Amino acid sequence: MSTSNEWPLWEIFIRGQHGLSHRHVGSLHAPDAEMAIKNARDVYTRRNEGVSIWAVEAHHIAASSPEEKGSLYEPSNDKVYRHPTFFDIPDEVGAM
Amino acid sequence: MSDPLFEYLCRMGDNTLVLGHRVSEWCGVAPVLEEDIALANTALDLIGQTQLWLGLAGEVEGKGRDADKLAYHRDVWDFRNVLLVEQPNGDFGRTMMRQFLFDGWHLAYLKALTASSNDQIAAIAEKSVKEVTYHFERSTDTVIGLGDGTEESHRRMQDALERLWPYVGEMFLSDDVDAAMIAQGIAPDPTALRGAYDTQLDGILAEATLIKPADNFTHKGGKTGVRHTEHLGHILTQMQWLQRAYPDATW
Repeated sequence: MSTSNEWPLWEIFIRGQHGLSHRHVGSLHAPDAEMAIKNARDVYTRRNEGVSIWAVEAHHIAASSPEEKGSLYEPSNDKVYRHPTFFDIPDEVGAM
Repeated sequence: MSDPLFEYLCRMGDNTLVLGHRVSEWCGVAPVLEEDIALANTALDLIGQTQLWLGLAGEVEGKGRDADKLAYHRDVWDFRNVLLVEQPNGDFGRTMMRQFLFDGWHLAYLKALTASSNDQIAAIAEKSVKEVTYHFERSTDTVIGLGDGTEESHRRMQDALERLWPYVGEMFLSDDVDAAMIAQGIAPDPTALRGAYDTQLDGILAEATLIKPADNFTHKGGKTGVRHTEHLGHILTQMQWLQRAYPDATW
């Protein structure tokens, strides 16, 4: 099958509740941005999952390469002081 | 004629039941996954509305029939849906054209129905309007997209419009049942909705580069139950086969 006739791929992000951030939920095909939102509504929010939808054409997303994981992430492994784990959090604060 | 209110509620419920069943026939075989799910959602919305309309019809009738009994234990001559909704799916374009032609009427009619003097009817209309607003948006987009699309999609949409156009008029016909509903403030006069429907339709068809047929001949006999097309019987054999083979089976 030729790919030139196919609809572009869109990545779908949904905000579950006000105050939370949009989360990637999956991808789908659609001819344009408007239909991508409509398709996302049908494919990903049928069970009342969201209050807001973002659709981004997949080729617009710049992704890091798995081969670079050494240089990108390992340097932080031994820097525990970057995690704020040395504080006592009062109970009243609740979940952080 | 039986109680006009019962008759009226059967018309509302049979429209959504038969169209819901038709649309559900796409489940698993739509052209793309996204449309498959969207069509299944539409079908489920319509079946949900059917439960409300036919549930209320059974209550009004007062003979112990519930929505299931009315859906599965009546034969062709008892159905009161307009002929448009029982027309076969054809290709995807024809299915969406049928949906679009119906949705435009359905949405305008339900909006008027939210002002019904009957609270239960107004409540069903209120709930349905939200669902049908989305159905209409989606079918409108698709009709424009395919109408103003490739040469092939344009041809298929024009064919679909010409084939289905003679079934549009029935939705706007008014008879004794309507007159009884109008007199009690229960429902609007369907003929009064035609002007706005046509204006809206003309705008959308122009955007879709489709030509509305000039002939306004209309088939009728579905909503009165006098003369359904041959397609309804075939739908019922599929939709009702389980209750026909195993009467009153439950699970």
